[in-house]
Amino acid sequence: MGEAFEFRHAIEFVLLLLLVLAAAWPLGSAAARLLAPAAGPRPPVWRAPFAALAAALERPLGAAATQPMGWGAYARALLLFNAIGLVATFALQRAQGFLPFNPRGLPAVRWDTALCTAVSFVTNTNWQSYSGEVALSHLVQAGALCVQNFLSAATGIAAMAALARGLAGRGGEALGNAWSDLIAITVRLLLPLALALALLLVACGVPQTGRATLEATPLDRSAATAQSIALGPVASQVAIKQLGTNGGGFFNANSAHPLENPTPLSNLLEGVALLALPAGLVLAFGRLAGDRRHGRALLATMVLLFVPAALALVAAESHLPPPLALHGISAADGALEGKEVRFGAFESAWWGAATTAASNGSVNAMHDSFTPQGGLVALVLMQLGEVVFGGVGSGVYGMVLFVLVAVFVAALMVGRTPEYLGKKVEAHEMRLACVGLLAPALAVLLGTAVAAACPFGRASVANPEAHGFSELLYAFSSAANNNGSAFAGLAADQPAWNLLLALAMAIGRYAVLLPVLALAGSFASKRPAPPGPGTLPTHGALFVALLAAVVVLLGALTFVPALLLGPGVDHFALASEGVR
Amino acid sequence: MSGAPGRGFDRRLVARALRESLVRLAPWKLVDAPVLLVTWCSAAAATLLACVPSWNGRAEPPWFVVALAALLWLTLWFATASEALAEGRGRAHAEALRAGRRSQQAVRLRRAGTPDGRGDGEGDGARDGAPLPSHDAPGETIPATELAVGDLYVVRAGEVVPADGDAVAGIASVDESAVTGESAPVIREAGGDRSAVTGGTRLLSDWLVVRVTAPAGGGFLERMIALVEGATRQRTPNEIALSLLLTALTLLFVVVVATVRPFSRDDAAWSGGEPLGFATLLALLVCLIPTTIGGLLPAIGIAGIDRLHRHHVIARSGRAVEAAGDVDVLLLDKTGTITFGNRAASEFLPAPGVAPAELAEAAQLASLGDETPEGRSIVVLAKEKFGLRGRALEAQAQVVPFTAQTRMSGLDLGARRVRKGAPSAIAAFVRERGGAVADAVARDVERIGREGATPLLVAEGGRVLGAIRLRDVVKGGLRERFAELRRMGIRTIMITGDAATTAAAIAAEAGVDEFRAEARPETKLALVRELQAGGRLVAMTGDGTNDAPALAQADVALAMQSGTQAAKEAGNMVDLESNPTKLIEIVAIGKQLLMTRGALTTFSLANDVAKYFAILPAAFLAGHPEFAALDVMQLGSPTRAILAAVLFNALILAALVPVALRGVAYHALPAALLLRRHLLRWGVGGLLAPFAGIKLLELALRGLGVP
Repeated sequence: MGEAFEFRHAIEFVLLLLLVLAAAWPLGSAAARLLAPAAGPRPPVWRAPFAALAAALERPLGAAATQPMGWGAYARALLLFNAIGLVATFALQRAQGFLPFNPRGLPAVRWDTALCTAVSFVTNTNWQSYSGEVALSHLVQAGALCVQNFLSAATGIAAMAALARGLAGRGGEALGNAWSDLIAITVRLLLPLALALALLLVACGVPQTGRATLEATPLDRSAATAQSIALGPVASQVAIKQLGTNGGGFFNANSAHPLENPTPLSNLLEGVALLALPAGLVLAFGRLAGDRRHGRALLATMVLLFVPAALALVAAESHLPPPLALHGISAADGALEGKEVRFGAFESAWWGAATTAASNGSVNAMHDSFTPQGGLVALVLMQLGEVVFGGVGSGVYGMVLFVLVAVFVAALMVGRTPEYLGKKVEAHEMRLACVGLLAPALAVLLGTAVAAACPFGRASVANPEAHGFSELLYAFSSAANNNGSAFAGLAADQPAWNLLLALAMAIGRYAVLLPVLALAGSFASKRPAPPGPGTLPTHGALFVALLAAVVVLLGALTFVPALLLGPGVDHFALASEGVR
Repeated sequence: MSGAPGRGFDRRLVARALRESLVRLAPWKLVDAPVLLVTWCSAAAATLLACVPSWNGRAEPPWFVVALAALLWLTLWFATASEALAEGRGRAHAEALRAGRRSQQAVRLRRAGTPDGRGDGEGDGARDGAPLPSHDAPGETIPATELAVGDLYVVRAGEVVPADGDAVAGIASVDESAVTGESAPVIREAGGDRSAVTGGTRLLSDWLVVRVTAPAGGGFLERMIALVEGATRQRTPNEIALSLLLTALTLLFVVVVATVRPFSRDDAAWSGGEPLGFATLLALLVCLIPTTIGGLLPAIGIAGIDRLHRHHVIARSGRAVEAAGDVDVLLLDKTGTITFGNRAASEFLPAPGVAPAELAEAAQLASLGDETPEGRSIVVLAKEKFGLRGRALEAQAQVVPFTAQTRMSGLDLGARRVRKGAPSAIAAFVRERGGAVADAVARDVERIGREGATPLLVAEGGRVLGAIRLRDVVKGGLRERFAELRRMGIRTIMITGDAATTAAAIAAEAGVDEFRAEARPETKLALVRELQAGGRLVAMTGDGTNDAPALAQADVALAMQSGTQAAKEAGNMVDLESNPTKLIEIVAIGKQLLMTRGALTTFSLANDVAKYFAILPAAFLAGHPEFAALDVMQLGSPTRAILAAVLFNALILAALVPVALRGVAYHALPAALLLRRHLLRWGVGGLLAPFAGIKLLELALRGLGVP
């Protein structure tokens, strides 16, 4: 695997996967129970306050929070909810100068940055063209962004639940009630999890305070007289940004920052939290849709895609790039440029894979400094459509779009007209699935083409040649797939970038979410056909292999030319430099 | 499945399709098929570039652009030719038959409506009063088109059957390949299920006397000709859904290729290379969009319907053919579908004091003049059980044929009056002669009836000798076919009016999964609804007016041509041969149609991987010589690599036309096994085949001196 890869790393990787799966299991059943309430054993006492809070929030909504909704009403509710979030986040940023909890007295955020940030946090992307600690007040961080971290995650999970209910439906219309779902997910699922994780992080040393800065005198007096260390309500934001596949850090350096991620234990906790909820929701989807085996098959597909990708990234970063070796740098630690020395190549590489596989986007190393192969893996994981774990809820429903294509072709091959979990897949469903699949991919390609063709694009990249192209490609791959991680090296805080990326993020979120809800409605109105030996199995090894092949094939066919000109050329250039 | 249809490709047919398809190259004829429309636009753009080289951004050699334009047109031509070929095969087939019909003569033995002829085309003639004219009687020779329903004609070895009808006398081997494509001869004989003959088929041996059942111009061939030529083809729901997927992929690849241009310009700006040329981009586009399945999709649908026609089934819509592939449950009538319509003698039940052999002998005598399958089965049973030889009729014997009034038949042999027939008729016969039916016999009769079999009584003079049990005979080979269906996940349910015990016995013998006994006409409709409510797709056959509501409700409803008009109106398919067992073939045809679509879609998409490997490293080679490492096929020159990939794309389309027309190999297997088999063959095969194919073509081009 490379010089920096040791046997203990293999053990750690397996342990990480086991921890994720071990956490996913109870999370999945808890989410399923929450979203499909059934009489069962009395919930434990600690749940009571959260349930009471949810009930208190539902009360003022009255009947609006209890009536079953068709797909149209459900979609309108989610859009209205997100629109309110968008306006609030935008307004708070613009008005932060007049508002309290602004200890550094920061002025209003520029309009295009505020808009990009608002779209970014509402769409669960959390692309940050600003630097958190120097641009945003505590009020905006905790009252707007942290709140949106919860709410955007809840939106994705609610849409997933609606799709599952549509598939499980027996010919009705109703997909559940959006308001009640959003409240339940936010208050009874995300809030307790985030509280627990925040407490654990605080125990690891992550600050949670109203103080703006800490004045410190460095031991090395020659460096500076005094340092001003930014502080704030960090732990609460880090907890939910990890859990809800948000990824927007409190600090610009994100989880590479020692106050966001101080210890190896916090690194492991944040890493497991990053994958556990998206993975758990895959299982929840299977339960809610009435086919647990299918949920497990989807999760297996994701693991099947994730493991080789993560290992490839680890392998890439465990080698020292040839040109650096010529400079007499020791190869023993792998490629360390842009990585925290306290984490090293391995911890940074698997995190890089995990954060791009799940649409999290928090980083503990600078992806721009990954080797070309490492950057390639990160790009590919996002470009597959954020379906390898993906976003909370959105990863599952994104994967379901691929499933529809897979079952469509595969069912034909067994001589049946296509069906998915007993529901016929016809022209209408195919049209919706294609819109959902194509929209993010086209947004990545067209956005990158615009940036590559227009002067502002090339002018804002830090690196020349192929690496600069990778930076453009990465920005749009991250935005349109709602990942939010950055390749850095891109001066993206300018109106053209902010607007283009905001558009890409909106397309990547809503051009998938709305077709998915329409699909849910369409499936709900169909009568299910019971499975038999003649129906295509949607579980088992063959299905997993088929689905993985469809995901890889579609992704590869779409992005191979771009990847060849970005990381491909970059790699060969670096290799030949080493030879020279 | 009949393997034979369309195995051979008539050279003239192909030539004609290639000619006709040139007309279809007009872009407005391709609007329905975006894949082909994009191919057309690419070919047109390449032609333009070939004509005006100065428009081409990159200095691609002019000969290369010309060759590329030619290959793109060739691809499109092959795609449109496949549809023309599929249509042409059906049409040529019909035309050839029609040509043969025009000059055809028939030897009419008797006109319909003459005193001893019958105009209704029913019955087998052996039981009614009028004896059939002998086959060597002098007939009048008339043009085949003058035959009317009910006419009797004779056809002999070597002659072509002039009109659809039922054989009423004789037995012959018939070559039906003209209609079905099956070259193996079939036996047609008077009476029973194999009596239907089709106009246009040819007798290979012996002779048949046939009663015409279809008016001139109304036979199977004429219907098929009308269907093939008249109907405009409607796209089926699944075809529309698949086209949508293909359109989406086409749109995706248009954007992929369109964005490669600015990407490569950005690359060229610093690497010193040149942005990709337009001709190369067009080549890449046509290679990536699913031209193989996009081009063959209409041909697959037409060929599926054509296969139905070759099985003598006319479908009202392609939708029904697709639905046939989905069917979960087959509802099958016992009589006529699972068992032969005629019953066979299975047991002699002598009256008290009568020796079994005596009953058997009398029964055999009474049946000697009875040419129906039932009569013959009595003769055979007597021979098997008691060694009684079926004797030739003695001169003084007088046959008493069956009539609807007497409901019995028999033999007058000197003073002996031997009769067999329906219990009530025989009871009346013996009463006239002072006899009576013994209680034990009456109980036997009642028991046989209760068990679902048919009782006959045998009497000689005033004495009842005993009863004969006529039992249902299960058709041969059904057990295996039902097992095959079960493996594919299709359940079979037998419906019968019989009592449960009889039904259970027959169900067990035939190997159906379930049965519904003591069914009334409305049972079928209720059952169809019940199954559909459980999410099942139901196929059934029917011929009676009673069946019409259930036929209308069923997802796939095969009506018999011999059935009532109401049944035919209610069904979505009509079997011109009136063979209910054909439902099984129809399911297979539906499945095969869908499988062919799936297999070729998979193949088409899997091909793209190799095409990327062929084209991209070659195309970027100028700016990035290091990409030679990715040239896994060692194609070397960009021009050869691109031309080989495009040529492969065109040739694979042509090579797969036979698969599209014939359908992929069909196996009755559970879904999981089928999927594995097809994924390996068409998915993995589609991934690997083009690597070999493109390399071979590149070697060929190299051999031809292409730089």
